[in-house]
Amino acid sequence: MAETGPTTLGDLAFEVRSKNAGPFWITMELFMRDAEGYGIAADAAFLNERTVAELYGVDETRIQMFRIPSLNVVKISFPRPVGQGSLRDRDIHSGQQHVPLAMLPVPTAC
Amino acid sequence: MHKELDDKEPVGSVKVMAPTGMLGAGFPEATIDRGLELGADVISVDGGSTDSGPYYLGSSQPKTTRAAVARDLRVLLRAAARANIPLIVGSCGTSGTDDGVDWVAGIVTEILADEGLDLRVARIYSEQDANALKERLESGHIHPLPPHGDLEPETLESCTHIVGMMGHEPIVAALEAGAQVVLAGRATDTAVAAAYALMKGMPAGPTWHAAKIVECGGQCTSNPRAGGVLATIDAGGFTIEPLDPAVACTPILVAAHMLYETVNPFRMREPDGTLDVGEATYAALDDRTVRVEGSRFHVADQHTVKLEGARITGYETMSFSAIRDPHILAHIEDWARLLRLMISQRVEQTLGLREDEYAFDIRLYGYNAVLKDRDPAQGPPREVGVMLLVEAPDQETATAVAKVANPLMLHLPTADMNYLPSLAFATSPAEVERGPAYEFVLHHVVDSVTPTDMFRIEIEETVHHG
Repeated sequence: MAETGPTTLGDLAFEVRSKNAGPFWITMELFMRDAEGYGIAADAAFLNERTVAELYGVDETRIQMFRIPSLNVVKISFPRPVGQGSLRDRDIHSGQQHVPLAMLPVPTAC
Repeated sequence: MHKELDDKEPVGSVKVMAPTGMLGAGFPEATIDRGLELGADVISVDGGSTDSGPYYLGSSQPKTTRAAVARDLRVLLRAAARANIPLIVGSCGTSGTDDGVDWVAGIVTEILADEGLDLRVARIYSEQDANALKERLESGHIHPLPPHGDLEPETLESCTHIVGMMGHEPIVAALEAGAQVVLAGRATDTAVAAAYALMKGMPAGPTWHAAKIVECGGQCTSNPRAGGVLATIDAGGFTIEPLDPAVACTPILVAAHMLYETVNPFRMREPDGTLDVGEATYAALDDRTVRVEGSRFHVADQHTVKLEGARITGYETMSFSAIRDPHILAHIEDWARLLRLMISQRVEQTLGLREDEYAFDIRLYGYNAVLKDRDPAQGPPREVGVMLLVEAPDQETATAVAKVANPLMLHLPTADMNYLPSLAFATSPAEVERGPAYEFVLHHVVDSVTPTDMFRIEIEETVHHG
C-alpha cells in the first residue's frame, strides 16, 4: 500500500480484508503472496494478540488468531469495538478495518 | 396438478444448486438452465443477513427491492417447476421476520398466478414472543454467546422484533409435508442449503461443509459475479463446481471460503451441533471442480436456537457540509474540536439540553472518518466532508439540534481567522431526518425443547390455475 517507506504487511499480501462476522464480531484475513510472506505474518514474535490489541484498541484476551500455512493466511477475529449501526459506527460492514493491519510495517531484515 | 416429490427413495448423492449469495442480487438465467442440466435436486437461496445492520430487523423492512427479488424468484420458480425440484429460500425479507416471510410469499403468489404454475408453498415463521422467551430465561434455558453477558428480561421486552435462527429441521418438516417451495424466516445460511440433503440421508459433515461453501453463491469461484455453484454431496464428501462453465473452483478458493465472515474458520456452530473442517482435504478433480473430504459434524448434547433482536436507540438527523479551504484543512482537528464545543454550547443556550440528553457524532470524511485515531496515514487532506449525525429521544429534538448546528457548519472559522468562511453544504435543506435508529441487543441461544417447536409452519392448500 505504501508507495515509499517501509515494507508493510499489505505489500506482501494478495489481499488484506476485513468484514463483520455476525453483528458482534469483526474478522480480518491476510492472504500472503508466498510462504516467505506468510512466515513474516505468522511470526508470533511480530504479529500477536498484543500487537493487534494495540493496533485496534481492543481487549487482548478477546482476540482470536488463526495461522493457516496451507493457505498462507493469518486470520484475526475480535469483538466489534462499536455496536453495528450505532451513532459511533462509521463502518457498518467493517469492510475498511483491515487498513491499519495492512499498513503495519514489517520488521526489517538485518 | 402438482406431482408429489419422491422423498422416500434412498439416493446416492444430492446435488444442491445455489444460484446466488442473496435473493435479489441477480444471476445469469443461463446458469440456472446449466444447473438443471447438471441434474440439480434442489435450489437453495439465502434471502437475508444481519450484515447491513440492525435497521432491517428492528423495522422489519427488507433491504432488497421488490422488483429485484421478483426477478430472481420468477426464474427460480420456473426452474423448480420445470425440473420438479424444491426451491428453498431462507431468511426471507432480509431479517426473516414474519413480515419478511409474508412479503416474499406475496411475491411468489403473484408470480405463480402470472406464470400459471402450480406449486405448494410453505411459510415457516421464526419470530419469537418476548414473554415466552422470558419464561425460558427464568428457567435457565437462555445462555449468552461471547462477548455478551447474561440476558436481562427488560432487554427482551425492549426489542421491536426478535427472531430465532432455525436449523434444517423445520425446513425438512415442510418438505416432508409436501412443500415444493419453502419460504423460511430467519435460518442459518447453511441450514437452507443443507436441509434437502440431510432429509435424503446424506452425512452431516460433508452436507454442512458443502452448505457453508455454497451459501454465498459464487464467492468460492474465480468469478463471483458470473453466478452460483452446484455442490454434489455423497457418502464420502462433496464435489463443487461453478454453474458458469467458463468459471473455476480451485482447492485454495474453496478452502479459503471457510474464512469468509466466520470468527473461527475451522469450527462452526449450527443449532444441531458443530461443523469441524480441521481435517478436511481439498483436491482438484479437474481445472474447475473441487472434491472435499474429511469434514466432520459433532452433534451437540443440547440443540440450541440463536436469537437475534433489535431495538430503537433514538431518532437520528444527519447534516453534511464540506471544506476545501486549505487554511481550515491545515487545522482540521482544531476546527472540529471548536465545532463540537460550539454545538454543545449553542444547544444548551437555545434548546436547554444538557449533553446527556442527546448525542452527536462529527465525522470528517476525507480525513479520518472511517478509522478515526486508528488511521495510520499522515498529512492534511485535500478536502473534507463534515457529517453531523445527531441522536435524540425523538425526531423533533434531533432535527432541532442539527438546525442549531447549521450556522456553525456553514460559517465556523478556525481560531486564527478574522473573517467568517462559508463552507459547502451538499444539499438544501441540509438536514435529513433518518427516523428511528436501532441496535442489535441479543447474542444468546435458547435450549430448544424440540428442533422445530419455536417455528410455525403453514402450508398452503394447492391452488389450481387455468
